[in-house]
Amino acid sequence: MIEIKNVSKSFEDKQILKDISAVMETGKTNLIIGTSGSGKTVLQKCMVGLFEVDGGEIIFDGQNLTQMTEEERKELRQQIGMLFQGSALFDSMTVEQNIKFPLDMFTKWNYQKKIERVNDVLERVELGGTNKKYPSEISGGMKKRVGIARAIVLKPKYLFCDEPNSGLDPQTSMVIDKLIHEITLENNITTVINTHDMNSVMEIGENILYLYHGEKEWEGNNKEIIFNKNQKLNEFIFASEFLRDAKDMRMLEEKGIIDNDRDMDEIMREGGANLVIGDEDKKPE
Amino acid sequence: MKIFSSIGAYLLMMKGMFTKPENFKMYWKELMHQSVEIGMGSLWIVTVISIFMGAVSAVQTAYQLVSPVIQKETIAQVVRDTVILEFAPTLVCIVLAGVVGSKIAGELGNMRVSEQIDALEIMGINTKSYLVAPKILGALITIPLLVILAMALGIYGGRLAGSLGGILPAETYDRGLLMNFVPKNVWFALVKAYTFAFIISSVSCFYGYNVKGGALEIGRASTTAVITSCVLILFADYILAFFLL
Repeated sequence: MIEIKNVSKSFEDKQILKDISAVMETGKTNLIIGTSGSGKTVLQKCMVGLFEVDGGEIIFDGQNLTQMTEEERKELRQQIGMLFQGSALFDSMTVEQNIKFPLDMFTKWNYQKKIERVNDVLERVELGGTNKKYPSEISGGMKKRVGIARAIVLKPKYLFCDEPNSGLDPQTSMVIDKLIHEITLENNITTVINTHDMNSVMEIGENILYLYHGEKEWEGNNKEIIFNKNQKLNEFIFASEFLRDAKDMRMLEEKGIIDNDRDMDEIMREGGANLVIGDEDKKPE
Repeated sequence: MKIFSSIGAYLLMMKGMFTKPENFKMYWKELMHQSVEIGMGSLWIVTVISIFMGAVSAVQTAYQLVSPVIQKETIAQVVRDTVILEFAPTLVCIVLAGVVGSKIAGELGNMRVSEQIDALEIMGINTKSYLVAPKILGALITIPLLVILAMALGIYGGRLAGSLGGILPAETYDRGLLMNFVPKNVWFALVKAYTFAFIISSVSCFYGYNVKGGALEIGRASTTAVITSCVLILFADYILAFFLL
């Protein structure tokens, strides 16, 4: 579990994070969402110690990151795995060397044992047989999966993902989301994901923190987010008319106003849910 | 004021290098890799420059020595001392500032921009120690060796130009090389070589490591690293000559 207590961060005169408190739960995919520039990446980098916070605390299962010495932070970081937005694979190394790197650096295992572990994680991310390829020879989705493999090779307790679906098509995004979620459950780790992909929010958002201009605006899960009452959050989620209509359809379905496909088809032919939203009890003719 | 903050950041980077390695074997591997990259990667250019440097030096010295009173052996002496004192350490290091310096700054800048340095930091690796120190140590090992090679090839280049151009026979040249030889000159050249090697590698590492932005800034950092290294080399050249000769 990771507790964020009253965290603030500024760069020069600009305050990026303002007094944020939240809990990232173990065994769950915890999502930090918000518009570009809302402070998601800064918050995540504060959590992993890449930035020093100006105020507040970040506590990893009772260990306060903000009060640690450099040596203690190094030890904590060996329990952290991170997937970067651009994957951050080492260009001059093959897939196998990239994943083996943390094992070379932090274990005294023999070569055979390291290769077995590398092959295990490659199979887990469904990239078996790509050992000798270089990052320039694989696709964006494959790079993300190699990044995940490298992040989990040392069996970390905490997994951070910075916009893991960035640049991926919807189908590949779902594969990455599913993989991250399964790894989180299998290993009972604390996973923190930065995203503004609503598919990810709806699919794997077990604990969601919404940031607005550096402040915590809303907290909940993927079941609560659809019918939340927060205007800023709704403007963020339902930015497109299509999604707004989809939400309205869902509301009508939940209330039993629409109860079969025939009603749905009629509403769509008439131009969407706007026809009935004004009077929730009015059924389409 | 910006120069003072840059100097401060540079000194902090240097201080940050001195930590216990997470895994000595990996650090040694990186040091060997950098030494090969810097040394072997520059071998060809140093060879070509040194031979032609010595050859041109011989031809131009012969051109200037028109008096029949002056012995032909003097050409060899002038070539020897010029190559040892100045051309081999300074000129070669200025070329290496471009070759090695831009490579180091570009590599680290690219790693910074693509978050590879952040990835190493997250793993718990001190990147100043793992990325910067092997480059500086590798330069300190290989650049003086390249300068020694440059001295030898420069002097040989002069011999080749003298004999092929009919300026002076090889035997006369060899005789001249042994006349009035001051061993301290070689020591002075090596002091310069170590100083310049440190300047080239540390300045380039500083600019590459602290890149902020994208591809444009990587290019800018690379160019700034080379220019700054060249200026500092020339400044150090003067200071060392003033105090040590």
